Amino acid sequence: MIWIETLVQGLMLGGLYALFAAGLSLVFGIMRLVNLAHGDLIVAAAFVILLVVEMSGLNPFVSALIAAPVLFGFGYVLQRAVLNRVLGNDILPPLLVTFGLSVALQNGMLELFSADSRRLPAAGLESASLNLGVSTVGTLPLMTLASAVAAIFVLNRLLYATALGRAFRATSDDPVTASLMGINPRHVFAMATGLAMVVVTIAALYLGMRSNFDPSIGPARLIYAFQAVIVGGLGSLWGTLAGGAIIGVAQTLGAQINPEWQILAGHVAFLLVLLVRPRGLFPRARD
Amino acid sequence: MSLLETRGLTAAYGQFKALFGIDMRVEPGEVVAIIGANGAGKTTLLRSITGVLRQAPGMVVHSGTPIGAMSPDRIMQRGVAMVPEGRRLFPSLSVEENLLIGAQARRGDGPWTLEAVYALFPILRERRASPGTALSGGQQQMVAIGRALMSNPELLLCDEISLGLAPVIIRDIYAALPRIREGGAAMVIVEQDIARALSVADRVYCLMEGCVTLHGRADEITREDIHAAYFGTRTEAQG
Repeated sequence: MIWIETLVQGLMLGGLYALFAAGLSLVFGIMRLVNLAHGDLIVAAAFVILLVVEMSGLNPFVSALIAAPVLFGFGYVLQRAVLNRVLGNDILPPLLVTFGLSVALQNGMLELFSADSRRLPAAGLESASLNLGVSTVGTLPLMTLASAVAAIFVLNRLLYATALGRAFRATSDDPVTASLMGINPRHVFAMATGLAMVVVTIAALYLGMRSNFDPSIGPARLIYAFQAVIVGGLGSLWGTLAGGAIIGVAQTLGAQINPEWQILAGHVAFLLVLLVRPRGLFPRARD
Repeated sequence: MSLLETRGLTAAYGQFKALFGIDMRVEPGEVVAIIGANGAGKTTLLRSITGVLRQAPGMVVHSGTPIGAMSPDRIMQRGVAMVPEGRRLFPSLSVEENLLIGAQARRGDGPWTLEAVYALFPILRERRASPGTALSGGQQQMVAIGRALMSNPELLLCDEISLGLAPVIIRDIYAALPRIREGGAAMVIVEQDIARALSVADRVYCLMEGCVTLHGRADEITREDIHAAYFGTRTEAQG
């Protein structure tokens, strides 16, 4: 019974990791850009939501709804003004620029918000729970998992059933030919990063309600997100959800055996998957 | 006013000069063939017109507006469409999605819809859910042409549409060109197959080593003129 409990808890944690990873997966899938500042962007989004909460007195969900368009705009401008300039055949410049962005974001947040750890007020939601029969689960972790599934479902529909998604995939295949179809690749890439920032806002909402955060925790979130993306297979959004679940379950299982093993178990699971399936569990046919 | 005009168009890839002062024009509704051997500068000319290779603004003029320095997407939104060499279908998109992506630059109503393209190339309707790259070369070329038509262009640029295709397929594709013309689009056809090109064109430009070596009406140019211009045994311009 304890193992079922552990498995369920692990899946819930996996939902959070999948939310961390979905934006990263989307951006990588469309423009082959590895954003090393992704974790810091999640933390920055959490601070933006916190600011809205403190200034307006609204609850974190409504605050996130207000923050999302602002962060979409930030993502759009970031891509258009900075990241588009370094995209190309060489993968090193985007890595260097996003690494620099990561350092700048961490120090900027330290300056603005201090090193104190903060938390989004969840109004008792963090201690609420539901009895599912086999296991009692926290309401907030369950909402996290549901949001991750919903976010990935919506992103998939957008990619495969809308004109914007078609433009995303065409530009990802071949930006020059896409431009010959009247598509502006710079705009399409900026839309993708803007969209990724909306998913980052959702991730930040749950990160901030579930645990404390401070300006220094971004890089560790990036590692979990990255592992989820790689385990799932580069460029596959449902794969990213599965990847998040695997890392989450591995971590809870590890913690069940020995509390010190939580993080280590996640890394071991990641390495094991890489050993057996070097391209991840659900790789895209063509990469 | 010409639909498209190039004025002293020059182009280079780094140190290598590919075009030396090309003057050409396309009138509304006409079919212009651009012929020439490999490396004559035909594809470079199309790359310059479409903005893939940026130029001085005045070197390429579309309906009176200098477009030489515009990005390809802006040029396409002005009513130009391109069938690129090698088809360049999007592998992640199905046949139908490849066609729909062509409508991205659509500016208004026109004769070309998904239905009209399927009527022109019925095989595409059967294959519409397949990935574009799973089709045969000839079918891929049909998708590439249909994709360009979906924007209802005033000017359709076709780069080497017969290259690498079986003769029977080339015949089918060329059989569709008069129907495309009836839709009102002017066409520029870059082609190595001279006889095919002359069979559909109103006017012909022959390029050699980045210069126009022959220009004239397709029905007035003789085999000898073309032979001379194509192989460089005589270089004065005609017509």
